[in-house]
Amino acid sequence: MLTTEQIKHIANLARLELTAEEETKYGQQLSAVLDYVDKLSEVNTDKVLITSQTGGLVNAWRGDEVKPWDEAEVKVALAQGETADGQVKVKRVL
Amino acid sequence: MELNRLNIQEARVKLDSGEITARELTEACLEQIAATNERLNAVLTLCTETARAEADEADKRLKAGERLPLLGIPYLCKDNIMAKNIRVTAASKILEDYIAPYDATVIKKLKEAGAILLGKTNLDEFAHGASTENSAYGPTKNPWDLSRVPGGSSGGSGAAVAADLCIFALGSDTGGSIRYPAAFCGVVGYKSAYGAVSRSGLLSMTSSTDVIGPLTKTVADAAIVYNVIAGFDELDATTYQGDRKVELNSDVKGLRIGLPKEYFVAGLDPEVKKSIDKVKEELEKAGATFGEVSLPYTDYGIPVYYIITPSEVSSNLARFDGIAWGFKAQETKDLQDFYKKSRGQGFGPEAKRRIMLGTFALSAGYFDAYYKKAQAVRTLICQDFENAFKDFDLLLTPTAPHPAFKIGEKNNDPLAMYLEDIYVTGASLAGVQAISIPTGLVEKDGVMLPIAGQLIAPRNSENKLFRAAMVWEDKIKINKTNFI
Repeated sequence: MLTTEQIKHIANLARLELTAEEETKYGQQLSAVLDYVDKLSEVNTDKVLITSQTGGLVNAWRGDEVKPWDEAEVKVALAQGETADGQVKVKRVL
Repeated sequence: MELNRLNIQEARVKLDSGEITARELTEACLEQIAATNERLNAVLTLCTETARAEADEADKRLKAGERLPLLGIPYLCKDNIMAKNIRVTAASKILEDYIAPYDATVIKKLKEAGAILLGKTNLDEFAHGASTENSAYGPTKNPWDLSRVPGGSSGGSGAAVAADLCIFALGSDTGGSIRYPAAFCGVVGYKSAYGAVSRSGLLSMTSSTDVIGPLTKTVADAAIVYNVIAGFDELDATTYQGDRKVELNSDVKGLRIGLPKEYFVAGLDPEVKKSIDKVKEELEKAGATFGEVSLPYTDYGIPVYYIITPSEVSSNLARFDGIAWGFKAQETKDLQDFYKKSRGQGFGPEAKRRIMLGTFALSAGYFDAYYKKAQAVRTLICQDFENAFKDFDLLLTPTAPHPAFKIGEKNNDPLAMYLEDIYVTGASLAGVQAISIPTGLVEKDGVMLPIAGQLIAPRNSENKLFRAAMVWEDKIKINKTNFI
């Protein structure tokens, strides 16, 4: 069972602001899911390698080349938040 | 004749002979969307003007003698796939009014092939769900019974194909999200092997299992769409080289098909079981042989999936921080506060639950017990399939344990909703391919609802999969009333 302190800690790590009601509700729901997931501890995996991919590709390299990207597309991509002098404007960090 | 009710092959003949134009076909679909979408809520964004322009362009190409499988065919696309200069929402408030700056590779391929994009379909927010109830734009309704869910997460695409709002649709499948709505809506849904279709331009959910694929009116149509969208893409390093074209034929003589005993257990609706027996019978008559097979780690599919998926979700959704695009919280103290409020208010409940579950599973002290453990058990699940495919070419299973459930029936119990994925997560975790095909109709509360089964095949076995699928569809048809 996850405690309210744990839920608060996880929410902070995930950068999510939750209401008190959400903390209680998600705490219960996530605890139920984790109880179910604990089924995994029944399986002995001491000698099992973990899966890191299923595609079977080996060394899927590509050349490290600079390629031009459509300028109109770049403009649309960068024009959706606040901008100033063609740059994306962010909140004050310091 | 209502042209929107045509499938790809039927429309192809009429377009190529000049009997109809792409514009007429497009208008028929647009009319059906206008007539039904208020009730279905399947389409989130309509592209009426660009669709008309694309249709006229297709007509020019047809007139000039060009012949391509999808030239002039109108389709809808799940709204977690980017189409240039069209808003993409992922059915989330956090992306509201975001304009896709470029085309997903699949959209680019469909454009070049002359297919016509009609609009974008509803989904569970960021594809998190099995019912399309987790959309910030309200649930999609199942056209067979408007009080029921269409399945998810590609529920808008499933409902749209079933109710003939388009000729075909695109969806994405991370742990059943194409196959599940296909089953609940009585259409065909194909999840190819991981890496067969480029993910470039798909809003990432679980990068290790995400696959884009078609929802169609027929098996042959699924192959036709797949042939256009599949293939290596330098923008997705997980796509693999090699010819991926499906050749359609119906010869199943000598095909060995396994029935995984762990998929036919308590909880499976006897009507669904019976309908799968009928599929087996028909495929046997056509020359396939059957045997029982065991996938011993089946029961661990859901627990593995609901650790790995939230883990990758928590990482993939970290990019939505309110800066540069999307929803921004007002009146915030500092940067941290801005992040937390923007994300807290921008994401819906299921996205928040998955982000938290994943953050927990990846956090210091819990990583080994949850994430690493799940990835180890995943290896055993992959081995289950490898072993089964030593003796069998294909596996035959149900897609869902029962027909579509009622809206609101499971939405307050995330675990109950997760357990819906019981027959579909295995193929996703192992990266193999699977197709869901209707098996019949059953009556529930006085309405007829579709049920379905699934064929699973190893990577590089498209032809065997589609051969059995063609026979299945030929022998077992569901009568779709023009319900809406």
